[in-house]
Amino acid sequence: MRSLIDIVDLSVEEITELIDTANDIIANPEKYCEKCRHKKLATLFFEPSTRTRLSFEAAMLELGGNVIGFSAANNSSAAKGESVSDTVRTVGCYADIIAMRHPKEGAPMIASMRSPVPIINAGDGGHNHPTQTLADLLTIQREKGRFDHLTVGLCGDLKFGRTVHSLIHALSRYEGVHFVMISPEELRVPEYMIQEMQKNGISYEETRSLEEVMPQLDILYMTRVQRERFFNEADYIRLKDSYILTLDKLETAKKDLCVMHPLPRVNEISVAVDDDPRACYFKQVSNGKYIRMALILKLLEVE
Amino acid sequence: MKIDSITNGVVIDHILAGKGMELYHFLHLDSMDCSIALIKNAPSQKMGKKDIIKVDTALDLDLDILGYVDPGVTVNIIRDGVLIEKFHPQLPEKLTNIIQCKNPRCITSVEQEIPHIFKLTDREHGTYRCIYCESKAKE
Repeated sequence: MRSLIDIVDLSVEEITELIDTANDIIANPEKYCEKCRHKKLATLFFEPSTRTRLSFEAAMLELGGNVIGFSAANNSSAAKGESVSDTVRTVGCYADIIAMRHPKEGAPMIASMRSPVPIINAGDGGHNHPTQTLADLLTIQREKGRFDHLTVGLCGDLKFGRTVHSLIHALSRYEGVHFVMISPEELRVPEYMIQEMQKNGISYEETRSLEEVMPQLDILYMTRVQRERFFNEADYIRLKDSYILTLDKLETAKKDLCVMHPLPRVNEISVAVDDDPRACYFKQVSNGKYIRMALILKLLEVE
Repeated sequence: MKIDSITNGVVIDHILAGKGMELYHFLHLDSMDCSIALIKNAPSQKMGKKDIIKVDTALDLDLDILGYVDPGVTVNIIRDGVLIEKFHPQLPEKLTNIIQCKNPRCITSVEQEIPHIFKLTDREHGTYRCIYCESKAKE
């Protein structure tokens, strides 16, 4: 029985396989609409995230399956003090697969050690969010047709932004990828990741200025400066508007740049950018559902 | 200072001066009822000063703890008054319930029954990370 806790749990071959399945679902949705008949997905969201939860639920429904679950810890027995282990053991008796979001880092890993059914990490604090990364990878593959030899700009909160960390891990496995990390000093990529990149010979540069590096980028991955990751409100207010993407800034960008964002956005991408053909963030949302469908099929071992 | 040599037991030598008491506690030697000597600040040609622990009984040492707390120590195993084994413990690959994760966002901070497990991620720098949240172990 497999779970997905961290994107690096999946080999490059498995990611390719998931992307192939997702592309086939997009091309032939009718082939898949009964694949999970009589199967149940439980969405255990100890921390609210409407978009990710709905994406998982839509994915299971489009596979012909059913969904159960809760969308906040105060609606669950966690509010009474039940451990994650006990919750998944219990829910594992009702559901065939579990998607879990939890505010504490490592909670889905504990769950996977105890659960009788596969666990999908739907986000654990500021740590991992592998299905977002899968959605990002599917988007890059569909927009660029490849993962190798890309210059990937990562902009905004690179310290707490778990989607950025997972994406770096995932793309580091392909040849010729160059990362351009654009952030204020306070929100730089954590030191341990820099050390890891150096050790593995990954090509990267760090900069404070988005404008300076814009012309060289193939992909620009914007992130939100998240209020909930700060201990201190004053720091949040000071940094939240640091990096905002506007049409003006896009003028020097490549014509086939792919602008991505894990969403929700606050104001880091101007609404005017939405109509630019380079804006890919709503495609990412749609791709997220398809790659989750592919993942559910894989973990449930549905042929 | 004179401390008798032991017949059956373990001598942990070359402990960094000042670390002896820490090792004594980590190895739970306080709960044993055999003769135990903790020598602090013994003169050493190599180290200047060192701590030494002598335990006068054959015991199963938790080498993981030894390697983690002070990887520079020398362990001497004595049987019938003869030195039968001498070695330097290595940094262990995994530490279970030896150190605690200090990350307030880690699941171990709220669920008490979970074992605190750390993995060695960089032998050269002796870096350990929590297997759940991947935070670095604090010195």
